[in-house]
Amino acid sequence: MSNAQTKADIVAITMPKWGLSMTEGKVVGWLVDEGRELQPGDPVMDIETEKIANTFEALDAGTLRRKIADVDAVLPIGALLGVLAPATVPDAEIDAFVTEFQANYVPPAVEEGDEGPGYQFVEAGGRRLRYARRGDSGPAVVLIHGFGGDCDNWLFNLDPLAAVARVYALDLPGHGQSSKAIVDGSVDALAQAVLDFLDAVDVDAAHLVGHSLGGAVALAVAAVAPARVRALSLIAPVGLGARIDGDYVHGFIAAESRRDLKPVLQRLVANAELVNRQMIDDMLKFKRVDGVGDALRAIANGFVDGQAQRIDLRAALATLTCPVQVLWGGADRIVPQADAADLPAGVRFHRLEGVGHLPHLEAANAVNALLKDMTIGLA
Amino acid sequence: MARKILFQQAINEALDQEMARDSNVIVMGEDVIGGTGADGEMDAWGGVLGVTKGLYGKYGERIMDTPISESAFVGAAVGAAACGLRPVCELMFIDFLGVCFDQIYNQAAKFRYMFGGKAKTPIVIRTMIGAGFRAAAQHSQCLYPVFTHIPGLKVVIPSSPYEAKGLLIQAIRDDDPVIFCEHKALYAMEGEVPEESYTIPFGEANVVREGSDVTIVALARMVGFAEKAAAALAKDGISCEIIDPRTTSPLDEDTILESVENTGRLVVVDEASPRCGMAADIAALVAQKAFGALEAPIELVTPPHTPVPFSGVLEDLYIPGPARIEAAVRRIAEYA
Repeated sequence: MSNAQTKADIVAITMPKWGLSMTEGKVVGWLVDEGRELQPGDPVMDIETEKIANTFEALDAGTLRRKIADVDAVLPIGALLGVLAPATVPDAEIDAFVTEFQANYVPPAVEEGDEGPGYQFVEAGGRRLRYARRGDSGPAVVLIHGFGGDCDNWLFNLDPLAAVARVYALDLPGHGQSSKAIVDGSVDALAQAVLDFLDAVDVDAAHLVGHSLGGAVALAVAAVAPARVRALSLIAPVGLGARIDGDYVHGFIAAESRRDLKPVLQRLVANAELVNRQMIDDMLKFKRVDGVGDALRAIANGFVDGQAQRIDLRAALATLTCPVQVLWGGADRIVPQADAADLPAGVRFHRLEGVGHLPHLEAANAVNALLKDMTIGLA
Repeated sequence: MARKILFQQAINEALDQEMARDSNVIVMGEDVIGGTGADGEMDAWGGVLGVTKGLYGKYGERIMDTPISESAFVGAAVGAAACGLRPVCELMFIDFLGVCFDQIYNQAAKFRYMFGGKAKTPIVIRTMIGAGFRAAAQHSQCLYPVFTHIPGLKVVIPSSPYEAKGLLIQAIRDDDPVIFCEHKALYAMEGEVPEESYTIPFGEANVVREGSDVTIVALARMVGFAEKAAAALAKDGISCEIIDPRTTSPLDEDTILESVENTGRLVVVDEASPRCGMAADIAALVAQKAFGALEAPIELVTPPHTPVPFSGVLEDLYIPGPARIEAAVRRIAEYA
């Protein structure tokens, strides 16, 4: 991610890497002026990639001393966008820092090869599962996407978490580029697939992070194999309340065109503009792969019945002894946050205001901070 | 990032996966087993450009080399389709379809209609289109408007490897006759293509690039040229939306009209001859149904109404290129 080359207190702001396929980003606009005091998490600029547009937030504290990147410039990951430093650092030192940075900066080589950077496949439990793998040391963290998603849903989270953990993000069976044949679409069967995956990649125990249906899957893994789960982070999980937006689930399965799919996907987020053409096209491409329709119907049947949830994992949650946190968007229209009242004592609850059903995309920095804290606590 | 393969490998993979999935799928055509330099069918070169290479070894008699008689083997394929097979017929160049036109437009295209839905004709005719190969007037045409004109035929024109595989699988599974047009200049194009089988529905345009000032509708090789033009124009602050209809029959009218309603300006780029071509057809559609949205005359970028020249210099001038597209966009972007 866009961390920092420091010299004295001078910090570089650099083009982040959002997702495995990102090689460059476009500067849509600066949101702050030179001279502004920034804290970590303050919005700095809007950046657009071919996949997604997002606000880039400060990772470090300091005064914005220099804007380097021009609006509309398309820059490779790691390129210098701006410079943070205390107001006391003389301009000449800032100039020298910029000169040195630019002289040493080498854009990352565009990877050649069949599968691109970071994606791998493994045979697990008789199926082929695709996963993304980042980070060299620290506890294992396994990211489990929701219904209809894939490992690319974690594009804003993978690299930040890799700073403190060995991160795995898999495509569940029936999803992404994993095998599409589903014999049993139940949450328990998906949990078994995650356990098969942990065996296949040789991970004894991990911090499981599950979103939506993936949250129910993570909880189900912890219920049947508590020794494999060191901590649980559940993001807008299924399994803790009675209700779910069944129209979303069935609308997603039924949608065959951009026109049908766009309004369905827009229900996921608080700000409908986050759903861009590329996101819709990627979803349609996935849905048009042979076997996906049957897989999605089988899996939906395992957890949705009309507007009601089919599974209740609250009892399982109450028996867990590992640290557990639950993150929820206050504007979630798919799995209502109100249903998560009265969680067992000891479960940490974080409500993210103004955020829909995709907090890890919509409020990535806040979610990353909470996931990192939980992970660092295990080290 | 998905796996990247060539356009012609995407065609081969679509044929391979559909032949594996459905034993009724057969391939027939001139030299689809053997071909260039082959001294016998066992050489299995796989067609003049090697597109069907490797299929004979896997599927044996389901790959058939035919005599050089298009009227005979296309007629046989139409009959086979009516009797339950799913023939994929390769008719080397679209220029040659004239010799088997009755089989296509009076037989295949009419069966379902004339027999009240009791017969279907699931045949795909794969054929090469396009200029740029110094192949002169009889091997370079873009005759897809001729087939678009005929009710009962579906006409498919992929512009990338992803489109080629998904549209060909859709064509093979479709119960109506499909004319599948492959631009020769795209065979070596590389792009991301999923390994698994997938389909792209007919009648759904692809929005290749989003923009707000001018809509460019382009087909086949012209899509890439439009992208080059749009990239150059973006530097001058002119924002182009590029729409690739992908199928001319059925045609996704809604996507084109919605785009023009946003931009108010239209350029249609078509490598086919200008008279009664796709450019004229799409211009008429927009003039009729989005007249109120238009803020400038519609520009058509096409070759001149002549045969494709054999002279290399003239052929290069004949083919619409990025510079002509860029100039057309500038003319109407500045129109007040």
